[in-house]
Amino acid sequence: MSMPERSEERPPERPHPAVQRDASRFAPRLRQRARFGTLFHGATFAATVVGVVVLVVLLYDVITDGVRHLSWDFLKGFPSRLPARAGILPALVGSVWTLVLTAVIAFPLGVGTAIWLEEYAPASRWKKIVETNISNLAGVPSIVYGILGLAVFVRYMVMGRSILAAAMTLALLILPVIIIASQEAIRAVPGSIRLGAYALGATRWEAIRYHVFPLALPGILTGTILALSRAVGEAAPLIVVGALAFVPFVPTGPLDQFTVLPIQIFNWINEAKVEFHYLAAAAILVLLAVLLTMNAAAILLRNRYSRRF
Amino acid sequence: MAKSKFEPTGAIELEARNLSVLYDSTPAVKSISIRIPDRRVVAFIGPSGCGKSTLLRCFNRMNDLVPGARVEGEALFQGTNLYGPEVDPVDVRRRIGMVFQKPNPFPKSIYDNVAFGPRINGFNGNMDELVEQSLRKAALWDEVKDRLNASALALSGGQQQRLCIARALAVEPEVLLMDEPASALDPIATQKIEDLIYQLKQDYTVVIVTHNMQQAARVSDYTAFLYMGELVEYGETNRLFTNPVEERTEAYITGRFG
Repeated sequence: MSMPERSEERPPERPHPAVQRDASRFAPRLRQRARFGTLFHGATFAATVVGVVVLVVLLYDVITDGVRHLSWDFLKGFPSRLPARAGILPALVGSVWTLVLTAVIAFPLGVGTAIWLEEYAPASRWKKIVETNISNLAGVPSIVYGILGLAVFVRYMVMGRSILAAAMTLALLILPVIIIASQEAIRAVPGSIRLGAYALGATRWEAIRYHVFPLALPGILTGTILALSRAVGEAAPLIVVGALAFVPFVPTGPLDQFTVLPIQIFNWINEAKVEFHYLAAAAILVLLAVLLTMNAAAILLRNRYSRRF
Repeated sequence: MAKSKFEPTGAIELEARNLSVLYDSTPAVKSISIRIPDRRVVAFIGPSGCGKSTLLRCFNRMNDLVPGARVEGEALFQGTNLYGPEVDPVDVRRRIGMVFQKPNPFPKSIYDNVAFGPRINGFNGNMDELVEQSLRKAALWDEVKDRLNASALALSGGQQQRLCIARALAVEPEVLLMDEPASALDPIATQKIEDLIYQLKQDYTVVIVTHNMQQAARVSDYTAFLYMGELVEYGETNRLFTNPVEERTEAYITGRFG
């Protein structure tokens, strides 16, 4: 204890205090409080450790199973009934196609919605209803989006079991997340910046274009990347939309049939032969690599735009 | 309001006629009429919540941006009603600039802060020259000329405020509205802003809202005292501070309330 205890008797040379202090009214229990602080500190650390350990174990498991099967032939190969000849090129290309299309569709729609809601929409009950529903949509299970995609895009809009139909389904799936993240980012731009722009005779569009949007962009990109990371790992809705199990060709356009990495992994894990399970592990590594590349690209992009003064 | 022979005469730049502002039907400004002369400094004083900032913001239609705000009556700029149907608030704000209580530079370079307004307003002259002129007018040029590309946020509070003034001047307004421009600044920075206001009235009409009565007495030619949304007294600054007509004015300037 570094502080001396407050003594009841004051040194005689000090003037009598104007306010009488009564130390007996306090029971600081410093040691007990400090112990609780240490305990809490430890608990937060333990929480972190749990997550990291599980992740490391999973990674270790996948790497030991899969890394031997990673090769150029595996990346360039087509599915086969023989494990030794099987590869993931169609699934990899399918995943990249879907991902890019999903981003192209979801980003403008999501950011546009967020800008309208934050910058233009008058405060009304209707706006609140829209916002509440968007939040609720973020919690809808992905398979429901798959059924919607099957009914609307594949059948009604006659897109067939195409990459485009899949990308539009995934775009719907991640739209709420992008909207909410973008709204948060836009809301975080201080109001004084908008007033500053308006006071110089800027239109609303100019205030958004030159000040609000650039300042919100890093946050918007972070949200978009998280959402896309979710989309690239989805299998369920795409199975419903009609991704194929066995694709002996590389898709060349948005209207081609396709499969994606998570479905390929799912199929291999369902095979009886244990060799296929190792291939699944290898495919998981490829999927992780795609994710990491994507995140790295996003971070680079973000750093470029978030040159803050 | 007490009519007096000390009211401004000559060319009138801004005028309010029975101007009222309501926030969700709560009146903040109650039927105020006031005439603000060309190229003079007018100060609005009064206790917090008296409506002086709200009245100020009527003159460049910043109240349009406040949800639930409603303006009644007329606010005239060189004889034109700013709230007329054909008036574009964006155009109003270019010609009637504004400086806020807290400096709000954009998180960009010093240069870009000044150049933003001219750019969006389609300035096609020499931008470097305009930036320099504007910074000179705001008495900031000598302090920043070697680091125009540095962040505006690296400047001190007083410098930031002068940058905001330079930024407002760059779009060549006729009027400058200042909403407590020095209340977030230290005394030395405050004095620089006050000196600047004195310079600016040669070219601009300046309307300043202030909590600080000494400041109003130092910088303004005319002073308006507002209380509870009403204009209590308006007249020549010297006269108002030495010989107020209204009892409430005297009570306020002698510090009996507020």
